[in-house]
Amino acid sequence: MAAVEVENLSVHYGPLRAVDDASFTAEFGEVTAVLGPNGAGKTSTIETCEGFRQPTTGSVRVLGLNPWTQRTALHREVGVMLQDGGVYPSARVGETVAQFCRLYDRGASADELVARVGLADRSIATWRRLSGGEKQRLCLALALAARPRVAFLDEPTAGVDVNGRDDVRAIIRNLAAEGCAVVLATHELDEAERLADRVVLFNRGHIVANSTLANLRSSRTTVRFRSSPSLDAVALTRHIGLDVVTNGDEFIISFSSPDSSMASDLVSRISVWLGSNSLPLHDLNVGGERLEDIFRMLTKDQES
Amino acid sequence: MNPLTTQIGAELSLVRRNGEQLLVTLGIPLLLLGFFGSVDILPSDTDEPVDFLVPGILALAVMSTSMVSLGIATGFERSYLVLKRLAATPLGTGRLIAAKTVAVVCIEAVQMALLVALGLALGWTPNSANWLLALAAVILGTFAFAGIGLALAGNLRGEVNLAASNGLYLVLLLLGGVLFPLDRLPPFLEAIGRATPTHALADVLADSLMSAGAHTATSWLVLLGWAIVMPAVAARTFRWT
Repeated sequence: MAAVEVENLSVHYGPLRAVDDASFTAEFGEVTAVLGPNGAGKTSTIETCEGFRQPTTGSVRVLGLNPWTQRTALHREVGVMLQDGGVYPSARVGETVAQFCRLYDRGASADELVARVGLADRSIATWRRLSGGEKQRLCLALALAARPRVAFLDEPTAGVDVNGRDDVRAIIRNLAAEGCAVVLATHELDEAERLADRVVLFNRGHIVANSTLANLRSSRTTVRFRSSPSLDAVALTRHIGLDVVTNGDEFIISFSSPDSSMASDLVSRISVWLGSNSLPLHDLNVGGERLEDIFRMLTKDQES
Repeated sequence: MNPLTTQIGAELSLVRRNGEQLLVTLGIPLLLLGFFGSVDILPSDTDEPVDFLVPGILALAVMSTSMVSLGIATGFERSYLVLKRLAATPLGTGRLIAAKTVAVVCIEAVQMALLVALGLALGWTPNSANWLLALAAVILGTFAFAGIGLALAGNLRGEVNLAASNGLYLVLLLLGGVLFPLDRLPPFLEAIGRATPTHALADVLADSLMSAGAHTATSWLVLLGWAIVMPAVAARTFRWT
């Protein structure tokens, strides 16, 4: 049994189809990143998994339980980190963590948890006195208070400084290593790329990619290079028969790669074409596609 | 410590830390009773102003705690997503409401003790007091005012709810017959005043504690009506996020 099973889920708000026929699973011991542009349907999906929303059609099971009808039983073993807020401004860090730990039968040790998220020296500070990053750490601590078997984390590193991000990532990796199923909703593709084992990408309410990160990246190849800004991308596109995307002085060509010879052949043709047009070739890079590129390609209709 | 006692502790801790809530729940009723009980400047139609004031101020205290304090705190908890976050724990709605109820009852017990003590110190003389009946009235009043407070808190933004709760508190203070008899008002305002839960509670408390209720049967019915209707409205319309 998967930790989270979403099957043909649809969530409608009146005429708006926020989520339409979405299916995916999240496994124990893995980090599943749920990605997508704003309004793509990821928050509606996660809130349905958390028991905050009722599916319009389809089904959701978390730890084998129906989140809508078996909410209290589910919340004994699930950790939730909201995108923001969730704590009263005058509430103190230590007291709040202790309160949440006591709400669970097998709750974590409050002192250990405060130390684990790096807030031991801010234990008596109130929520309103915390920086954005400290607030995120406190919210993460509250999500871990249950010693969860499934953790839904919404933007866990938003507003956290560079060193703090490393700490948060380490906590999330440890959580998965201990067997917890981590479902991570984030806009930060770099974060997903560093942490995720599996990626579920939403666009306009539909899942447009659902695979392990490794599979997703290896399914396509990208050739990147720099040249003169005067390079005629349309002419190059005609010459090689593949779309050339420009990003400043960087040129990107992405394609499905059933065999590895296609990439070397392509590089050779580009190189000859540049030479015949007296254009330079710098920083040539051939490899698996970055998550950012995959995201752009699969969601470009929404971005445009 | 189980989830319920944990949450009761959290609720009481929150009240203790929010000074402005303590000002509304304890400070204002004590100040009004202390001041107007000491100086005979209100048209109380009684020999001792404190005899008129104590039942009304007790009603005001119930309104302060169960409508204003509870409503404002809950409204901000909703705005700050505290309720949403708690909803994702094993606490559950039932225990959250129970914890808030216990916190309100604890504060009201302190209020009643302090106000009765101050009233007695100022010369208040209960007359054939039926404390059980008074307790029943306070319970009904708590339901009525908590229903109003939660109906506002569950539908308005935190800041708007703050303004609405305080504004309503002032209106009910003036129209509730707490500081002066309602028959001193123009007839149409008197009629509105008699329909308010504040006057209904003050009147049944005056009858229970002083045998001085004016329209006691009607006031019990009015109070009962508010105590049934407003919690039902709150339960039906309350939005947790």
